[in-house]
Amino acid sequence: MTSYRVALAGNPNTGKSTLFNTLTGLKQHTGNWPGKTVIRAEGTYVHNNQEYTLVDLPGTYSLYANSADEEVARDYIVFEKPDVTVVVMDATAMERNLNLALQVMEMTDRVILCINLMDEAEKKGMTIHDRKLADRLGVPVVKISARNKQGIDQLLDAIERMAEGKITTRPYRVTYSEDLEQKIREIEPDVRKIVGDQYPARWIALRLLDGDYSLLKTLQDQLLNQRGKGVETGELSVSCHT
Amino acid sequence: MNSPSAAIPESLNNLISRATSLSDAQIEDEIAESIYRTSRELSREAVIYTGAGEQDRTEKLDRILTSPIWGYPIMLIMLGVIFWFTIAGANVPSSMLAETFARVEGWLTALFMAIGAPGWLHGILVHGLFRGTAWVVSVMLPPMAIFFPIFYLLENYGYLPRVAFNMDRLFKWAGAHGKQSLTMAMGFGCNAAAVMSTRIIESPRERMLAILTNNFVPCNGRWPTLILLASLFMAAGFAGSSATLVTALILMGMVLFGVLVTLLVSWTLSKTALRGVPTHYTLELPPYRRPKILNTVIRASLDKSWNVLKRAVIVAAPASIITWIFANIYIGDTSIFMYFVNFLDPFGQLLGMDGFIIAAFILGLPANEIVIPILLMGYLSQGAMLEIDSLSELKHIFVNQGWTWLTALNMMLFSLLHYPCGTTLFNIYQETKSAKWTFMAFAIPTTIAVGVTLITATLARSLGWV
Repeated sequence: MTSYRVALAGNPNTGKSTLFNTLTGLKQHTGNWPGKTVIRAEGTYVHNNQEYTLVDLPGTYSLYANSADEEVARDYIVFEKPDVTVVVMDATAMERNLNLALQVMEMTDRVILCINLMDEAEKKGMTIHDRKLADRLGVPVVKISARNKQGIDQLLDAIERMAEGKITTRPYRVTYSEDLEQKIREIEPDVRKIVGDQYPARWIALRLLDGDYSLLKTLQDQLLNQRGKGVETGELSVSCHT
Repeated sequence: MNSPSAAIPESLNNLISRATSLSDAQIEDEIAESIYRTSRELSREAVIYTGAGEQDRTEKLDRILTSPIWGYPIMLIMLGVIFWFTIAGANVPSSMLAETFARVEGWLTALFMAIGAPGWLHGILVHGLFRGTAWVVSVMLPPMAIFFPIFYLLENYGYLPRVAFNMDRLFKWAGAHGKQSLTMAMGFGCNAAAVMSTRIIESPRERMLAILTNNFVPCNGRWPTLILLASLFMAAGFAGSSATLVTALILMGMVLFGVLVTLLVSWTLSKTALRGVPTHYTLELPPYRRPKILNTVIRASLDKSWNVLKRAVIVAAPASIITWIFANIYIGDTSIFMYFVNFLDPFGQLLGMDGFIIAAFILGLPANEIVIPILLMGYLSQGAMLEIDSLSELKHIFVNQGWTWLTALNMMLFSLLHYPCGTTLFNIYQETKSAKWTFMAFAIPTTIAVGVTLITATLARSLGWV
């Protein structure tokens, strides 16, 4: 029985770790991400006789790779390609949290939005139209309250169906200015030629345009690793214009 | 997908150069903005507030406090008001403390006489240790006990992140990280602590900028010097509440000048030795919250004021003793301290100050708190001992030494701009692990301090203002 891999992404202080602890209980271990001083927490849980491996990504406000935390979270979603990425959101600060969710949705199709802290939002007199949000964004939206253990079953069911490929998503794509869209159209086909369908071409095109060369280094390593493990690597280096 | 592996780097490189030619500096911002705008639209559609919540109030306040038009004026007014409160409030308790200490000094002297203690012991302990410490306490404690609580009330209310938000544009212009405005704000408390706080900046380049320029905002060791000199000399022609206002404005000018130097030095460094573009970051603006007022005031007074004062006294006490000893050991008819002062005097005069002031700054390297006490001890060791029991008598001491407004101004500027204290330098070394950059953290401010005071002195003299 292989285990499905599920990543938890989200802003800091959204109850991501509470959810992680609720789901995995004592079946977790922590270490460091390779080469980084960022803590990596991983755990397992079983749902309907299927095992899932849950990775708690560092809490970040964005995924532009400004910090080691952001880089770790970004690389995991793009290059490790978890079966499901759950974006844990703070119901009381949807605007800020959607910011991260939209970034994740540019990187992968397999996204579930999990709106946590619903109890607090209700106390503040907020109503969140989850179905409307799901329609607009084209991905499943589940409302939970991790500390009251509410909505956990629905979340686990949604993860299960997505992992088994029973849900097809149409993640909402942010539309940029005509000028920028034109530039994306110009280089996206070439990106696709190099990375194929295994990595998000539009997203990589955007990173190329905003000058994120650290990503390219990682990308190159990934591509080389996959295609030819016996190739001599001496002359293969990207000259990074940083 | 059938290209050989060796072709990957090549095609990637081609792609990079294509992308670089299409890319421009605005794209990074545009992407962040577009995503943010979409988030806002989506959350407007999907989230409904039924109660008139806190969110609403926070948004309304933020529209004013972080507005492109009102943001800066409001910041400046707040700063001015804090200074005004600090100065207006500190005057009376400061002189009360000074009077009390002078009376205690009288008793101590009487006690020493009564038990027939030798003169040198009385000198070291009373004129050295006691007087130095008493001055530090009476000059520093009242301003700190007012400044810190107000500052922390604003912080707890949630205003400081807004300051960072407003300043972000300026720091970005200077090629630095927006978070530098936060570490700068920490510097108003203590540069040594602020240097540690630069850990919040991830990029090593931008962190170095924040470390190297942190010294240009006055820490609480230098506040008393600035406040004292500003109120004694700068507001001389004014009386009562307008004098307080002028003092507050002068202090504000000093702070703004410090911020300006911070930006200019950051800009210069990011164009030369620390070249690069600023990374962008997300700053969370937490909702405004009414702080627990009493709690904050008590904690700020106890934690901050008390700790700072303790440090000042611990450093000032031995320094006072050493200075007194040097000022009272004579070689021929000149004390060791005076040899030192006379040696420095031509340089000091060139910068619009004198040898005593430069000596005080040099001996004050361990802690900025002791610069004024050392200076006073130096002045008092000459000629007759004066009993200082009020702040205005303090001015006579300075004027008798030939001080003008230029001396005061340049001492303030030098204090604002000169090398960081020993603790800060030690922390800079700990954080950077680089002797070269620690030296730069010493050399850059010192060069600027000498340059600026040289310019003001030369200018004022050639224009016949003094």
